[in-house]
Amino acid sequence: MILITAILLCIVSLYLAQKLLMPKYSTEIFEGALIEDYYNETTDHQVVFIGDCEVYENFSPVTLWEEYGITSYIRGSSQQLIWQSYYLMEETLSYEKPDIIVFNVLSMQYDEPQNEAYNRMTLDGMKWSGAKAQSISASMTEEESFLEYLFPLLRYHSRWSELTADDITYMFSKKEMFHSGYLMRVDTKAAGSIPEGKVLDDYQFSDVCYEYLDKMVELCEKEGVQLILIKAPSLYPYWYDEWEEQMESYAKEKGVPYVNYLEEIAEIGLDFSQDTYDGGLHLNLSGAEKMSKYFGAWLKDNYDLSDQREDETLAGVWAEKTDFYEKMKDDQYRELEEYGYLKSYGAREVIE
Amino acid sequence: MLFTSYSFILFLLVVFILYYCIPKIYRWVLLLLASYFFYAQAGASLLMFLLGTTISTYIVSMQILRLSNIQKAYIAENKAILDKTAKKEYKAKIKKKQWRWLLVCLFFNFGILAIFKYTNFAIDNVNNLIAVFGGTKQFSFLDLVLPMGISFYMFQTMGYIIDVYRGTAKVERNIGKLALFVSFFPQLIQGPISRYNDLSRTLFEPHAFDSSNVWFGFQRILWGFFKKLVIADRILPAVNTIIQAPEEYQGAYVLAGMVFYAIQLFADFTGGIDIVIGIGQIFGIEIAENFNRPYFSKNITEYWRRWHITMGTWFKDYLFYPISICKPMRKLSKWSRNHLGEALGRKLPVYISTLVVWFVTGLWHGASWNFITWGVLNGVIILISGECAPLYKWFHKRFHVENKLWYAAFQILRTFLLMSSLRLLDCYRDVGTSFKMFGTLFSNWNYEVFFNGSMLKLGISVADYIVVLLGVLLLLFVSLRQRKGSVRQQIAAKPIAINFMVVYLLLMAIIILGAYGIGYDASQFIYNQF
Repeated sequence: MILITAILLCIVSLYLAQKLLMPKYSTEIFEGALIEDYYNETTDHQVVFIGDCEVYENFSPVTLWEEYGITSYIRGSSQQLIWQSYYLMEETLSYEKPDIIVFNVLSMQYDEPQNEAYNRMTLDGMKWSGAKAQSISASMTEEESFLEYLFPLLRYHSRWSELTADDITYMFSKKEMFHSGYLMRVDTKAAGSIPEGKVLDDYQFSDVCYEYLDKMVELCEKEGVQLILIKAPSLYPYWYDEWEEQMESYAKEKGVPYVNYLEEIAEIGLDFSQDTYDGGLHLNLSGAEKMSKYFGAWLKDNYDLSDQREDETLAGVWAEKTDFYEKMKDDQYRELEEYGYLKSYGAREVIE
Repeated sequence: MLFTSYSFILFLLVVFILYYCIPKIYRWVLLLLASYFFYAQAGASLLMFLLGTTISTYIVSMQILRLSNIQKAYIAENKAILDKTAKKEYKAKIKKKQWRWLLVCLFFNFGILAIFKYTNFAIDNVNNLIAVFGGTKQFSFLDLVLPMGISFYMFQTMGYIIDVYRGTAKVERNIGKLALFVSFFPQLIQGPISRYNDLSRTLFEPHAFDSSNVWFGFQRILWGFFKKLVIADRILPAVNTIIQAPEEYQGAYVLAGMVFYAIQLFADFTGGIDIVIGIGQIFGIEIAENFNRPYFSKNITEYWRRWHITMGTWFKDYLFYPISICKPMRKLSKWSRNHLGEALGRKLPVYISTLVVWFVTGLWHGASWNFITWGVLNGVIILISGECAPLYKWFHKRFHVENKLWYAAFQILRTFLLMSSLRLLDCYRDVGTSFKMFGTLFSNWNYEVFFNGSMLKLGISVADYIVVLLGVLLLLFVSLRQRKGSVRQQIAAKPIAINFMVVYLLLMAIIILGAYGIGYDASQFIYNQF
């Protein structure tokens, strides 16, 4: 009996310690909490976006809903690598079968693990599955260990000396921050001169990236999902002509639609003196809404996506999402006016 | 595979489970396979060194045995015709043959050690000498990688073959068992340097699962992890900051570095040995203790009886005594008694033997003048200390301080600071810098750095200092409790809930406060490098 109690005590306290020490992403680096937000969804989606910051900052699912009645979700995370996108796609398809999956191809430039912090932001939030295990294996840098993903306490134990009140506040609750995977920013920082891309030794996308892109194409074919490849209209990181040629050629060969929105900036109506919050890397709310309206129209024109606004259940779910979206928008504008910068980002507390 | 790495913990877990699952008679075989697997992780090619030492030692030990058997048979057969002198002559003849075999073994094995450990040091010295005499010729260094743990397993094995020659150890006829004695994985890379007669008693025995042994062993391993990860590796950045920039960190910083390094070295080395002994215990194997609360020593001689005990006794048994009683030394003793007087004549062999032993001890620690100087200085201080013993005795009697607590504390502090000062040679890049930094303790009067926040700029935070301080206080507490016997036994005598609570708190402290994982450089145990 004592032995069982001791083991239970040990397990419970290790669990609590892990909960306490894991980063909460509640006051900064909010994007670290993006991936796990997906599991709170109660309804399926017609369109799922997968990719890096160029999707979770540049597309607004609420706009797609309001304008076209399209239900969508963004499974985006910072510097999401292509194999992470593939395994997120695999995982998403185990939960739902959307009509369309949109993949942003910027990550074709990375053919090896990059950075532990970004890995963590994509991988820690995933629920355990074969996809997560494989994604971890593919993503680990040399200094990382699978065991530390299995027991994140081993990774984050050293945070004991930097704990804040937030770590206790958000041990079992979290802030609601996202809008179906979209991270809202209403502030503006106009794009100045965008530097030309530096000359690279080799412009050829690597075999590893093509391998995962092939797997995405095959998976979508197998599941009967339409895959759409895009390059979002972020001005930076630089998108080389050589990369563009390769993507166009690949899309043609595989019969997959590919759209580079950098070439349609004028048609979208983007004004990089107004529609970006960080000088052209990411769109702000105004830019994301313009992008979403344009993209939604293109989707409607090219694919048979029914208007879901007539569905009462969905309408109820999305009405709530829209309310929160509008409230956050108001809050952010108010903060911007009051402080000159975004303070709380209009996040709201949610008890888990 | 570092003891504190995840891979080692997994490896140990697998070996532990297998050990108690397979039939008892094969358990030593499993340990042998595990030991070779463990060693191969550092490079499969390194196994040839282990094999070379094992096979050569086996061959020589069997030859010594064969000669002993021949001698026994001859004497038994000719009992009637051999008188005492003839027997003695025959035995001397056999002993000489055995001696030759022993020399072959020692030369072969110590030759390997010398080549890999000291060749580049020798080349460096030759190059320096050539340069001093104005020569331009410089020899290139050889690309030699020191086989992991060679200083430890080599000394352990050579101790065994000397014991076999002396007839104090039984010859191990099973080469597999000898191979396990040479390579037993917990102690392979940082000791202790076990004796065959001690280790073999439990190493090859078919142990049944003993929960109390396993529980005690587990506790000892945890304690070792605590010392290494929570104390040694947490204070390591401050030590490195100070010793790697001697131009910048002088005076009070050197004092801080001395104390920090003393803490780090103690926690690192004794922590490593705790893990080794704990691992042995979970397999039911008794491994020799290597420390006996050395920082409570009141003088340097006592310190060396309590620090790295197995190395000290090895040098005493296999180097000091043989040198002291060898023929040339007996001649020297006789000569010096006749020419220098009885007192000095009696002491001279001891002086020479002591200095030789400490020179070799320094050399054993590393191929550098730092270690040699460190070793010789230890020897000199021990000799001076010995010479001053009557003076101390008089002082203690005259001022009635011998049994005074404050005086004992003073002696302990004095020994601690003396040993810490000598260890500067272990820290700085060369002998000159070490002495210079020692000099700055007195010449660079910057002791305000202890109070003006400068100590927080050494790469560790206030939180780190607090953890180290609490860890050191715990070490002190445990050391004081050890005076009453095994602390684990004392804990075991308490209610079981307290038992679990102690282990639980230790485990949590290691997991949360340990300096491991990303953001910390996985630090090798200091003595792995010897």
